[in-house]
Amino acid sequence: MTSPPVPEVPATRLRLHAWLLSDIPNTAFQARCQRAWFGWRVLRSNPIAMAGLIIVLSLILMAAFAPLLTATDGIIQNLADRLQPPSAEHWFGTDQLGRDIYDRIVWGSRITLYIIGLVTVIVVPIGLAIGVISGYVGGIVDQALMRFTDIFLAFPRLILALAFVASMGPGIENAVLAIALTTWSPYARIARAEALTLRNSEFILAARTQGASTLRILFRHVVPLCLSSMIVRLTLDMAGIILTAAGLGFLGLGAQPPSPEWGAMISAGRQFILDQWWVPTVPGLAILTVSLGFNLLGDGLRDVLDPKNASK
Amino acid sequence: MSDTGKPLLEVEDLHVTYATPKGPVEAVRGVSFTLGREKLGIVGESGSGKSQTGRAILGLTERNGTVTAKTLRFDGVDLLTAGKRTLRNIRGKRISMILQDPKYSLNPVMTVGRQIEEAFLVHQKSSRSVARQRTLEMLKAVRIRDPERVYRAYPHELSGGMGQRVMIAMMMIPEPDIIIADEPTSALDVTVSLQVLAILDDMVERLGSGLIFISHDLNLVASFCDRVLIMYAGRVVETCRADELDKAIHPYTRGLLNCLPRLDGGGETLPTLKRDPAWARDPVPGS
Amino acid sequence: MAVGDVATRRRAGQGVWASLLRAALAVARVLASLALTFLGLTAITFFIGRVMPIDPVLAIVGDRARQDVYDAMFLQMGLDKPIYIQYLRYLGDVLTGNFGISIQTSRPVIYDLLHFFPATLELATIATLLGVFLGVPMGVLAAVNQGRLIDHVVRIVGLIGYSMPVFWLGMVGLLIFYARLQWVPGPGRLDIYFDGLVPPVTGMLLIDAALAGDWNVFDNALSHIILPASILGTYALAYIARMTRSFMLDQIRQEYILTARVKGLSETRVIWRHAFGNVLVQLVTIIGLTYASLLEGSVLTETVFSWPGIGQYITNALFNSDMNAVIGGTIVVGTCFVGINMLSDLIYRMLDPRVRS
Repeated sequence: MTSPPVPEVPATRLRLHAWLLSDIPNTAFQARCQRAWFGWRVLRSNPIAMAGLIIVLSLILMAAFAPLLTATDGIIQNLADRLQPPSAEHWFGTDQLGRDIYDRIVWGSRITLYIIGLVTVIVVPIGLAIGVISGYVGGIVDQALMRFTDIFLAFPRLILALAFVASMGPGIENAVLAIALTTWSPYARIARAEALTLRNSEFILAARTQGASTLRILFRHVVPLCLSSMIVRLTLDMAGIILTAAGLGFLGLGAQPPSPEWGAMISAGRQFILDQWWVPTVPGLAILTVSLGFNLLGDGLRDVLDPKNASK
Repeated sequence: MSDTGKPLLEVEDLHVTYATPKGPVEAVRGVSFTLGREKLGIVGESGSGKSQTGRAILGLTERNGTVTAKTLRFDGVDLLTAGKRTLRNIRGKRISMILQDPKYSLNPVMTVGRQIEEAFLVHQKSSRSVARQRTLEMLKAVRIRDPERVYRAYPHELSGGMGQRVMIAMMMIPEPDIIIADEPTSALDVTVSLQVLAILDDMVERLGSGLIFISHDLNLVASFCDRVLIMYAGRVVETCRADELDKAIHPYTRGLLNCLPRLDGGGETLPTLKRDPAWARDPVPGS
Repeated sequence: MAVGDVATRRRAGQGVWASLLRAALAVARVLASLALTFLGLTAITFFIGRVMPIDPVLAIVGDRARQDVYDAMFLQMGLDKPIYIQYLRYLGDVLTGNFGISIQTSRPVIYDLLHFFPATLELATIATLLGVFLGVPMGVLAAVNQGRLIDHVVRIVGLIGYSMPVFWLGMVGLLIFYARLQWVPGPGRLDIYFDGLVPPVTGMLLIDAALAGDWNVFDNALSHIILPASILGTYALAYIARMTRSFMLDQIRQEYILTARVKGLSETRVIWRHAFGNVLVQLVTIIGLTYASLLEGSVLTETVFSWPGIGQYITNALFNSDMNAVIGGTIVVGTCFVGINMLSDLIYRMLDPRVRS
């Protein structure tokens, strides 16, 4: 009784596979890779999360390869060609100044990415710093920092952004600052909660007995462990951030014309909605798709990183 | 075994299978027994399928589980083909179940009194005041000293022992023919659990109901029940009378008995149970 | 005799006074938190309005004001005094409702705010009601049928509703229901010939018309509010359905649900009386949060529908560089936002028996 012939698998792939699945990792690096691999497997099995991931990746790729994907820079006007309906030449039609809408959408993706990138870069470090210090050090520092955080927790995002921009003048950076101001609090709370649980764990105690300074402990040990919940929260918040930014753009408070910011495109195209519906509708669909993508991805990531929520 | 001559509950070749992402998992694999107005103990470790057996009898297996059996009959009613209405009429009124931990098994936002009343009113058209009266009587019967106060209390305000007594009161108030007690004292301290067991025993005797006592504690079951069923990996590996337990033949039962510490033990190290995969596979000796 | 009785005996000493005291403390704690957040809000708006602009006086009087107006405002704002005195003055002004004069309307800002606020309140209320009465059953239905088609449908509808730019949806809604189908009338709260027919008691047309018994005005107001409220309510619907589903799923797998089924209760009673009963308290907080968000989010919807509410007031003020109005509006909406959030938190604490004791 011989078994059927096994198809030939390249030796390197087999080795990588075995390395990823082995029961006992030999190095910290291997352990991390294994965890990432299992997380990826779970994510991959969730079609909704994968859809989200594809959308987000498309956004990033679109922004990165914008020059290759477009015929124009989205800004040059061509009044002879204005308000053309979607066709083979102009996939999404043209707007009131003759600019190809598809091109503008693609270039606009850079602005979207810029906004969310900037917000992330401000919010995550501040939230982490305040939360981790608050949770780890405890006592009066904790109380004071948490009071401070709580004040911002209940602030209305859009209204404050409006006030901010009213005072500082319109522009992407001001809009980003306003959004960041009202977004960082939950991250501080999350980081604090994690730091509190970790504070008393044995490996921290071990590091302290080895003489590690508080700062080192915080950076090398506590912060990395807070990151996964923060990432989930960030992805889930991302849609809200995009919508707020688009809202500001709609009001003319974000990127200024002729910048192809999606919210501003909707506003500018508003008067044409009756007969040239594609002018304001397409940017809106773009915003919807990107928000949806982040929400789907966020849901999926939450299932991966917090298994007890998996049924939802 | 039962004093009316005909068994109350007949279970023959019961199978409970769950559909999981990794494939079907059989939690209960061919369990058979009968129950009259007696106390039957089902002993097994976690995963042996004992709780699932109890749930299958009540028709409360989870949605991704399938229950099949040659016979699953209660007092002449075929539980496998019974309609939802019939099953609902049976639950609570004829067959009832006491769950393990009152911290979780009682509704946290309803007062204890209302929950017990509800158990009464669902099977008996009656007024609130009659229900309240019956509830207070029941609370007294389970030896709660201040029934009025407990009636108004919320579950989280009660200790474990009190919560279980409330559970007993709630499940006994419709006067069922069979009580399934699923690990009723596993969440309690030893002293409290003895009191609760005494109350359970008393109530069962008074009503003349049959009792299925599910537990992982062989000693407890042996001292409390008339007959014992030992389950392993979803199957019944041994059936015997409680007072004849030392004559048990299956190696798993013997293993369990040997693991129990005894006062006159002799001081040697206790043996650990060595599990033989054959117990899950092979036909049971004597069946 | 039983050990367990000691536990209840210990609690026997707590009577009505003790629970009142606890309730009072809880309220006091929330009020303190509210006060602190309010202070924070005023500090931020002070910073935005007075500290950040290069010339805060110009921001208020406009760059075409005469020199004496400028000087008068300078003194009035106390810009010659140190910062903390300015802040205290500012705080005093805010607490007495003195937000200054609006450039656009030349009226005190507070007057304008009181005039425009009810419209926003009405819109947000109807939108929230829509969200609750549609979203909650959807969420429950989805949870009870987890994994089946209806569940997927609700989840997708929820996800889309929550990822949607509301102002864009408003535009599309106007296109379809106003321009193409002509099912709803045009912008504004009332057709012109109905304007002023009903005495303004609350400022909310539906209530005022009902109070006056004028059903024509009521119908007209309803037809005007239905589209913007539906659009605004989409977000509420999506969020509430999603959260209800999530809470219900949490509850359905709890042990006490099994107990309820064991008792022989009908599935309807198990779901609504037991599972939903436990969800209700959490839902209150969610509804509060949603209401607050809608109050704030109406800013964009009002712009699209030309709805004369606070949102539109603030955006117009923005375009006219009317700093007083912007700051005043921000503080009022901000305070409502914060207040509603805290109120829902308080209600949660009072309703949940576990938190109460």
